[in-house]
Amino acid sequence: MEFVVAMAIGVLTASGIWLILRPRTFQVILGLALLSYGVNLFIFAMGRLVTDRPPIILDGALSSSDYADPVPQALVLTAIVISFATTALFLVLLLAARGLTGTDHVDGKEPDA
Amino acid sequence: MITVLHHLLIIPILAPLLAGALQLFLAEQRVIRVACALGSVLVQAATALTLLYLTTDSMPHMWTEGVGVYAIGSWPAPFGIVLVVDRLSALMLVLTSMVALASLVYSLAYWDRVAPAFHSLFQFLLMGLNGAFLTGDLFNLFVFFEVLLAASYGLLLHGSGIGRVRASLHYITVNLVASFLFLIGIAMIYGMTGTLNMADLAGRITLLAPRDRALFASGAAILGVAFLIKAGTWPLNFWLPTTYTAASSPIGALFCLMTKVGVYAVLRVGTLLASGDEQTSFIDVGLFYGGAATIAYAVIGMLASHRLGRVVSFTVVASTGLLFMALGLRVTALTAPVMLYLVNSVLATSAFFMLNGLAQRTRTLRMREAADLAPLPDVTYVGFGVKQSADPLSPKDEVGVAIPAAMAFLGLAFVCSVLLVAGLPPLSGFLAKFALLRTALGQDSSAEISGYTWTFCAAVLASGLAALIALTRVGLRLFWAVRGRTTPRLRIIEVGPTAFLILLCLALTAGAGPVMTYLESAARSLHSPQVYIRVVHATQEATP
Repeated sequence: MEFVVAMAIGVLTASGIWLILRPRTFQVILGLALLSYGVNLFIFAMGRLVTDRPPIILDGALSSSDYADPVPQALVLTAIVISFATTALFLVLLLAARGLTGTDHVDGKEPDA
Repeated sequence: MITVLHHLLIIPILAPLLAGALQLFLAEQRVIRVACALGSVLVQAATALTLLYLTTDSMPHMWTEGVGVYAIGSWPAPFGIVLVVDRLSALMLVLTSMVALASLVYSLAYWDRVAPAFHSLFQFLLMGLNGAFLTGDLFNLFVFFEVLLAASYGLLLHGSGIGRVRASLHYITVNLVASFLFLIGIAMIYGMTGTLNMADLAGRITLLAPRDRALFASGAAILGVAFLIKAGTWPLNFWLPTTYTAASSPIGALFCLMTKVGVYAVLRVGTLLASGDEQTSFIDVGLFYGGAATIAYAVIGMLASHRLGRVVSFTVVASTGLLFMALGLRVTALTAPVMLYLVNSVLATSAFFMLNGLAQRTRTLRMREAADLAPLPDVTYVGFGVKQSADPLSPKDEVGVAIPAAMAFLGLAFVCSVLLVAGLPPLSGFLAKFALLRTALGQDSSAEISGYTWTFCAAVLASGLAALIALTRVGLRLFWAVRGRTTPRLRIIEVGPTAFLILLCLALTAGAGPVMTYLESAARSLHSPQVYIRVVHATQEATP
């Protein structure tokens, strides 16, 4: 499972970084979305990967493998909300930039050919 | 009385939150909105000053050694989020409220009427700033960073226009990526230590297994990179000059403070982590070279710029570079002068941004620029379903009643600001730079003065000289070249805040003695974080 999660985080982050370095605003926003998925999964994984365990300490649970760490789950929720809101704002800005400058290049003008 | 004072710590966060939320529902009545905003800022200023007073050990039975702690919801420290105020936090809170007050009054002349949500965003930005200075929890710091950034995105776009949209596109992208780095850093630190409370963290570093140390250090380094992006360190700051130039003048004044949040975070987290870890010297070396490169970039930028706003943006960059260089020297005695320089540079550059807004009015705009800068208020008003305010001054009316001797004021304020930014006598800019140089050179008088120290001194002097050359050149064109210039009409509520910030710098000059005493005690408590850690842990016993 560790390998699959690590691969997922790696692929998401790598694609995200490639996309935010692209010249079109739509590619950048997709890149930011992928990056945020990668980061959220990473936070989640930092609470250690545990299956079939509740995120509370039950009676008799003594070692850390007896429960899933609830803190990263709370952190991920906050991070999801924040990145969702900023992505929405970025989308509005993207449309405004397209309307005002007439191009979807990130610099607001086409590079000189 | 004491119980009331204990809840004082939450007021700098609650006041702007409530005021900002309330203003969303009061979109129609401008008088109430303005009263709400002014009231909230005044409450914040009063609270910040009280906290500053309390941290001077004036009430020793209440807080030990000037560190106050507030457990939100009475949850004890490592489990709940705590707000902690020490001398550095109190100082930053006072600085925030002063700049906010000036910026708010200035914006009442024109800018707050350009779009309906201005006041709410302004208050949320203040909430983010105050929260970032107060919080004692790493993830909470991230949340407050996001609050202030989200508000700043809106405020940067305030006034619209192609220039602002273009700058915002870069600003938002860079800051979103920085936030992701912030999260990765926090997650790694949590994964290694199992805590997010800064004081608890400092205690747990020593307990780390040797094989975990490298991973922890890389987490801290990633966190540091996120802070450096917010602070605008080379090579992570190419967005900064364009963004700050594009922002409207009262917002630019507040943005000066936002770069210093990054510096504050480095100071706060850095000193706490360094207390438990001896192997952080690589971070200091990195800070030193990063700061040096930032100054070099700022110097080149200043000399290459022709417009006042851009030159001032580069002086903001230069001041950040100088602060990081001084911190990178790893000299404990330098921390107090660093804070003096920080306060001085924030006040001076904020005043300069406001002055820039006034000085631009002497220019008779060329058509293309006018079209670029012209706001599009109607779109936003219609979008929000708000009726145009029926003020005697319509939003297009940036000019007001002429006050006599407008040019004389502009000239005098310009000279004062240049002296402050470049660090020339007799104002506080000089005192701050002199204190920096004297401490750096006087530190090892017996031994050989190291190459680092010489580089630092050269950088301090070079950045001052470059600022002087660039600003003088712009000033000559602004005030002495007659062609294409008119005498501007200024309003007293625009002149007042600018003068207020400069007068604060004058007060800083006159009262440099007591201020330095306070800053030295602040630096002492920063470098002996045991008190901070002990006070935060004490919430466990205090809670039933």
